Amino acid sequence: MHDMMLLIEPLIPRLRRYARVLLRDSAAADDLVQDCLERAISRWHQRRADGDARTWLFTILHNLAMNRIRQTARRGAHVPVEDASPAAIARAPDQESRIHQRDVMQALDRLPDDQRAVLLLVTIEELSYADTAKALDVPIGTVMSRLSRARLRLRDEIAGREQPAVPSLRRVK
Amino acid sequence: MSGGRPITEDDLQGYIDDAIDSRRRGEVEAYLAIHPEVAERVAIDRALRDSLRDALAPIADEPVPAELNLSRLVDRHRRPRRDWRGGPWQVAAALMLMVLGGAGGWGLRSVQEAPHAGIAALAQEAADSYAVYAPDTGRPVEIKAADAPQLVRWASRRLERPVSIPDLSGAGYSFIGGRVVPTPHGPAVLYMFDDGKGTRLTMLARNMAIDRDSPMKLESTGQVTSVSWSRDGLGFSLVGPLDRARLHPIADVARAQFSGPI
Repeated sequence: MHDMMLLIEPLIPRLRRYARVLLRDSAAADDLVQDCLERAISRWHQRRADGDARTWLFTILHNLAMNRIRQTARRGAHVPVEDASPAAIARAPDQESRIHQRDVMQALDRLPDDQRAVLLLVTIEELSYADTAKALDVPIGTVMSRLSRARLRLRDEIAGREQPAVPSLRRVK
Repeated sequence: MSGGRPITEDDLQGYIDDAIDSRRRGEVEAYLAIHPEVAERVAIDRALRDSLRDALAPIADEPVPAELNLSRLVDRHRRPRRDWRGGPWQVAAALMLMVLGGAGGWGLRSVQEAPHAGIAALAQEAADSYAVYAPDTGRPVEIKAADAPQLVRWASRRLERPVSIPDLSGAGYSFIGGRVVPTPHGPAVLYMFDDGKGTRLTMLARNMAIDRDSPMKLESTGQVTSVSWSRDGLGFSLVGPLDRARLHPIADVARAQFSGPI
């Protein structure tokens, strides 16, 4: 039990973050993480001893998140507006940064779930490509193509935003 | 670009994520140096990555809410009868325990909390055996190392399978003997080892009805650590007054000796 505590506990903030970005709803995300932790506790002995606890936990959490997203879609439920707003997640735009965080978060929010999951696991949680493939149960080639498409989309969205706020005026000679 | 492997999209992703080796990295950098439009794209991707990290970092810095407190979740898992969501039978069992508890008190409580099966039970039994026999100065073992073949015959007969004695001398622990001991799950063989300076380790082995092939599980209680695992229905638990970092490699040595065909 003790080794489980040592391995799992430091990961809880990361699990919360991943769930929140996927579900866009912090209360639902914490419910999901609780569910994930309960499963991890009861299945701890089934996990491969040489396996990476982090990858294993993200695998459980991701499956739970996808199930929930599917159920929500089936019920036609809507995400609460205040939670859906990426501004609820993102920090206020930082004047110093080249790209506004709010813009990036909005672009992230518009990615398809599968691309967003890959981008989060690779860039935020810093899982290797192989571990990301394991967590999402897809071939590594799929991870690479989703990652590439996610980045292409983010670039395009940000490029679109960097147009002047009143582009129509520019066309006037 | 003189005949090297062409730079692929995967290489660019790997470059952005710092996930390629330094040689390939050098090749990507050389490519980017002469392809400014690709270099610009990669720079934007890196800036986006940093921006995402900055935007999401505060979530991971938030205090973890009480309902995600792992110790509490573990406690609840260990005492599922206290959680009445389990259905009528569990409620009935809980009510009955409450009634009995009024009369019977603490004895029942400890029975309820002791691990009753699998690797967790094995670890508990091993820790109990260690506590009884390891500090025994007069007669820690019933059969001494010199009579090892006799111990092996005895244990193999009682466990109804061939058993062998692990060699931990590489870790500085010599075998001093052993005995057959009782557990709630049938007979077990207890081996004892000594480092010559008064530190003793014990290893308990018995047949497993469940958790028949289990990865290593470490547990520390007070001064004592146990490492328990099972293979092909035979469970092992190595116990000693060492911290995990020191006991774990010794258990690995023992496990490796049992990993061949039994």
